[in-house]
Amino acid sequence: MKIKLRLFRYNPETDTKPHYKTYEVEADKKEKVLDLLHRVKWEQDGTLAFRRSCAHGICGSCAMTVNGENMLTCEALIGNLKKQHTITIDPLPSLPVIKDLIVNMDTFYQKYTVIKPYLINNNPPPPTERLQSMQEQRLIDESTWCIMCGACSTSCPSNWSNPDFLGPAALLKAYRFIFDSRDDGAGERLNILDHSDGVWRCRTIFNCVEACPKEIDVTFHLSQLKKAIVTREI
Amino acid sequence: MKLSHDVVIVGSGLAGLRAALEASQYYDVAVVSKLFPLRSHSGAAQGGIAAALANEEEDHIDWHFFDTVKGSDYLGDQDAIELLVNDALPTLFELEHLGTPFSRTAEGKIAQRKFGGHTKNYGEAAVLRACYAADRTGHVLLHTLYEQCVKNNVKFYNEYYAVDLLVKDNITRGLVAYDMPNGRFVSFHSKVVMFGTGGYGRAYKITSNAHANTGDGLGITVRAGIPLEDMEFVQFHPTGIYAYGILVTEGARGEGGYLLNNDGERFMKQYAPKVMELAPRDLVSRSIWTEINEGRGIDGKRCVHLDLRHLGEERLKERLPEIMGFCRKLVGVDPVKEPIPIEPTAHYSMGGIPVTVDAEVLADGIDNKVEGFYAAGECACVSVHGANRLGTNSLLDAVVYGRRAGKSIVRFLNENGTVKAEYVEDQFKASLDRVDKIKNNTGTEKVGTLRNELQAVMNEKVGVYRDENNLKEGLTKVEELEQRFANIQIDDKGTVFNTDLAEALELGNLLDFARHIVAGALNRHESRGGHARIDFPKRDDNDWLKHTIALRKDDGTIEFTYKPVVITKFQPQERKY
Repeated sequence: MKIKLRLFRYNPETDTKPHYKTYEVEADKKEKVLDLLHRVKWEQDGTLAFRRSCAHGICGSCAMTVNGENMLTCEALIGNLKKQHTITIDPLPSLPVIKDLIVNMDTFYQKYTVIKPYLINNNPPPPTERLQSMQEQRLIDESTWCIMCGACSTSCPSNWSNPDFLGPAALLKAYRFIFDSRDDGAGERLNILDHSDGVWRCRTIFNCVEACPKEIDVTFHLSQLKKAIVTREI
Repeated sequence: MKLSHDVVIVGSGLAGLRAALEASQYYDVAVVSKLFPLRSHSGAAQGGIAAALANEEEDHIDWHFFDTVKGSDYLGDQDAIELLVNDALPTLFELEHLGTPFSRTAEGKIAQRKFGGHTKNYGEAAVLRACYAADRTGHVLLHTLYEQCVKNNVKFYNEYYAVDLLVKDNITRGLVAYDMPNGRFVSFHSKVVMFGTGGYGRAYKITSNAHANTGDGLGITVRAGIPLEDMEFVQFHPTGIYAYGILVTEGARGEGGYLLNNDGERFMKQYAPKVMELAPRDLVSRSIWTEINEGRGIDGKRCVHLDLRHLGEERLKERLPEIMGFCRKLVGVDPVKEPIPIEPTAHYSMGGIPVTVDAEVLADGIDNKVEGFYAAGECACVSVHGANRLGTNSLLDAVVYGRRAGKSIVRFLNENGTVKAEYVEDQFKASLDRVDKIKNNTGTEKVGTLRNELQAVMNEKVGVYRDENNLKEGLTKVEELEQRFANIQIDDKGTVFNTDLAEALELGNLLDFARHIVAGALNRHESRGGHARIDFPKRDDNDWLKHTIALRKDDGTIEFTYKPVVITKFQPQERKY
């Protein structure tokens, strides 16, 4: 089938404002949106810029907005799109565009750094592994699936209206450590989250859950953080 | 623009990050990566990381030692392998202490599963040795090491694409890189440069590797006049998804998956009666190709089936959730209900930059070191994998030798101080000239076309089975592509995120070492591990129990010298599974 790809274009060196450019490509329903972007870049217009790497949903490079929804383009099967004859692709919303479909993710990564995204345990480690039961591991398992693609945080209306909101990705990472049986940093992290730009800015809109390519129930994890703050002993 | 650091590490996968974590405790370290670190391809590793922890059943370091030597088809250097298997235990415990969320046993220890070529009692039967986190082992390790680098304030230059090494009189001076977000070329003046730049699966059409895996570190090394070691040994993973090449972890067979031909027969019983589907990758990939060549591919196609249905939905969801996800999403196959069509896929490079066991790069491939230049992980050839790597030994290699590289760099700086060798402005300029030529060239060839042709010829002529005619044709084609590359034209003339230019430079790198692979394969008149010659079907220990050192001459031809294999404990014997 013939597909019209309507692509967001912006070259910081020559354009005063962004515009859309439409490319026509031949495609099969079994192909992914990323395949079509490659076809444009390799066969029609080498100036098109976008990020991608693994092409099977684990590196998190290629999140974009396809027909208005955030997703990984490497997983976006043409046949599964509601609108297939014209596909509109935008960069992830709410972040500054560097060029075409590439956004500046610095603030997204800074928020990740804020929640202390590393195991905090100041006790000397045992000679072998620290023990962790299967139940304890399962408590954090889903939160470790996150690939930091940014699809959730940039789909969050609370984040759109307040750019200082830590956002679902950073909060999910906070959960991953706070609920890790080996971690001793829960108190200091909960202090960071117990703030108007912390977990309380989550209004349970569930956009993050819909956007997550790894099918993580982000909102559930955030609700557990709220519960932990409310019930902790100060 | 000129930047300055004691140590510049190129690549932010497991090897680079582990080295950075080590060296940054004492010295000013910068990590330069063409991707944001969490996008590195180490994160795509699925099945596990090997260590004889004996958490699930009896296991011994010596068994792991023997399996790795035998798996390498006796080409692995046994001093390096002994370090690898000994360091495996403390390395794994350390990764756990740093926070890696491993899957657990009922007792709360790190869980372990079976993997190809890892056996109990020197080859008796498969053993539970691969430490895992479901089928996301690389993902959790990459995240954990990056987290620790954040904690330790390691300096990152993300989306800086390495272009050339600055080295003169065998002394490292620094690195040239393309700062893509800011649209400028920078030079790093440094005392040490370490490469953890990964593999080059994208030299092949069917590959499990990311688009980023273009062997940039190898291309740069070749242009610096340094030879590469054992490049003819390319690993084809048996179970890439048919026509896509996407990896389905060997852990799927470790959990009990079957390989079936068109007759529904578990054909591995003909080839490896003892361990069946858990034979090493070279043997399984050859077996699959033999089945296909003899007409037993599925419906006459270039694939066989990986059948997981008998494992049941619950176990698949718990142990192999990622592959369940992408089989359903990307290929439309539900592993609970139907078998997965698979074919061997280019996966890993056993060869690479010749290094000592302390990760020091060897200028002649044998004993003359390049001062201040280090390499570890897939881009390096220590050689712990010899002619064929065992599954789960790559993550182990990256972390163990990344750590050793970090320690080795610290020792070097402790002994020699941090005063850098004189900066080489002329080399920086020469590198920029090379890039400008590519950027401003007004030829008629397209990068995408040349890359497609390279990937196709490597797949067809330099694949699982090789012979003289095909390899000669392959070599001629590679030579032709090199010439046509001089006549390219790119569309993007801009400076910011010029991915058109980056892709041209990547293709240049692939072409700078493609001949090492093809000519190396043509030169080696035997079959060993991942290198299977139809015209020389036997291993030949008399003439070929030696490493290939391949140097690219100015006219593009490859000059071969050789290095003996280090054999300490296990004498070569016939390899049967």
